[in-house]
Amino acid sequence: MRTALSTLAVARPRDLAEALVLMRDGAGRPIPIAGGTDLLVYLNAGTQKGDRFVDLRSLAELRGIRAGTDRFTVGALTTFSEIREHAALARRFPALAAAAAEVGGRQIQNRATVGGNIANASPAADSTPALLALDAIVHVRSSDGARVIALDRLFRGYRDLTMRPDELITAVELPFAPERSVQFFRKVGTRRAQSISKVVMAGVLRLGRDGRVDHVRIALGSVAPVTLRARAAEASLAGIAPSPVASYRARAALMDDIAPIDDIRSDREYRRAVSGNVLEQFLRSADPRFARG
Amino acid sequence: MSRIAVTFTLNGARRRVRVAPMKRLLDVLREDCALTGTKEGCGEGECGACTVLIDGRAANSCLIPAVHADGATLVTVEGLARRGGALSALQQAFVTMGGAQCGICTPGILVSAQELLLRSRGRVPGDAEVREALAGNLCRCTGYQKIVDAVRAAAREAMPARARAARRAPKARATAKARRTAKRARRAR
Repeated sequence: MRTALSTLAVARPRDLAEALVLMRDGAGRPIPIAGGTDLLVYLNAGTQKGDRFVDLRSLAELRGIRAGTDRFTVGALTTFSEIREHAALARRFPALAAAAAEVGGRQIQNRATVGGNIANASPAADSTPALLALDAIVHVRSSDGARVIALDRLFRGYRDLTMRPDELITAVELPFAPERSVQFFRKVGTRRAQSISKVVMAGVLRLGRDGRVDHVRIALGSVAPVTLRARAAEASLAGIAPSPVASYRARAALMDDIAPIDDIRSDREYRRAVSGNVLEQFLRSADPRFARG
Repeated sequence: MSRIAVTFTLNGARRRVRVAPMKRLLDVLREDCALTGTKEGCGEGECGACTVLIDGRAANSCLIPAVHADGATLVTVEGLARRGGALSALQQAFVTMGGAQCGICTPGILVSAQELLLRSRGRVPGDAEVREALAGNLCRCTGYQKIVDAVRAAAREAMPARARAARRAPKARATAKARRTAKRARRAR
């Protein structure tokens, strides 16, 4: 059944401070709306709870991409089009730029925001594996003040965040990946564009001067209740020189990190096999000595 | 429930409507503005039939609440035609090249293609670039090739005459070279 959209009220705060007061005092827990590309789907389908919304789109404090000496700070309302079209950001974080270019079609990329993608907390989100692999830090604000949360600590369970309902995401901080590291992003869906992923993976890997892995991040989506870091696979690679055996071991370890399910998009076995294949593809792309046979 | 005033520029004209703030822009366009060129396909942002330009960028109007159209500049498929209703070069290319078949996806595809043409002004986007720009528009009739051909044909036509001449030049030079080669060959005989 469709939600009767005509019964829904929208508050339009003029600035962040006013929005935070609305989030704190709003009766019946108001729901923030940014790009709306997920929220309107739920509303159209009649599955969205709540009838009071706070519109964030006009809040200048949540906009803009700022470059620092060792990090970028991306406003929560930054759209995926803005991310993929920002040359300096895309050069520094190719895995994120690749993810941004695969979020739905252009119509979605032009509206959907990075803060929204995080807050929506879908296990199939395209950008969060890239952000996890890049050690993103989430800035949140409430009327009590501001705090930062490592993205890795934000996702607690299926669509469940360690944020309070009165907190808003204001920005995402992206420290530069180590010099000479290689970034990777791959989304596997039913078709090349405009599909929700069966498996999505992002990675960052660097070989140290001694030829051994001294930095590795692997993050996946659509294989667990949350998008997550593959800690066991990462641990199996730390300090290891590239070899087919290392690749094989990482693949085996990855199976302990993920817990895919059967659903309408794919099934458990397929997701396990493809996750392993994509991991090996990532490792081969980082260094050909990981290639098997 | 209380309605709000929403003001926007629609296909070049100022419009003011009083609507529920979360009413879909798609419904505002079709019901309050009587512009039914914008179609509803899936209602969940998958098919692109409801694509409109909002501040010059393509978006699914089924996923935009009316409140987000306040102050915006909107272009729907009705806004693509030339003054007086003649088809634009892009629209004409779809007709000529068979890019429009059953017609349900066509308004959205035209609008997405329009965004691409705005973005790639002065050059003809490649086949892959057109396909990427239209990735959010589903068509079940054409198999897409005729659509891609039509968009590229329109882009070629939209290029300034000088740029078109520059593109032709290498071919002209090649022809001259071929003539010289043929002449030498005749002389050699």
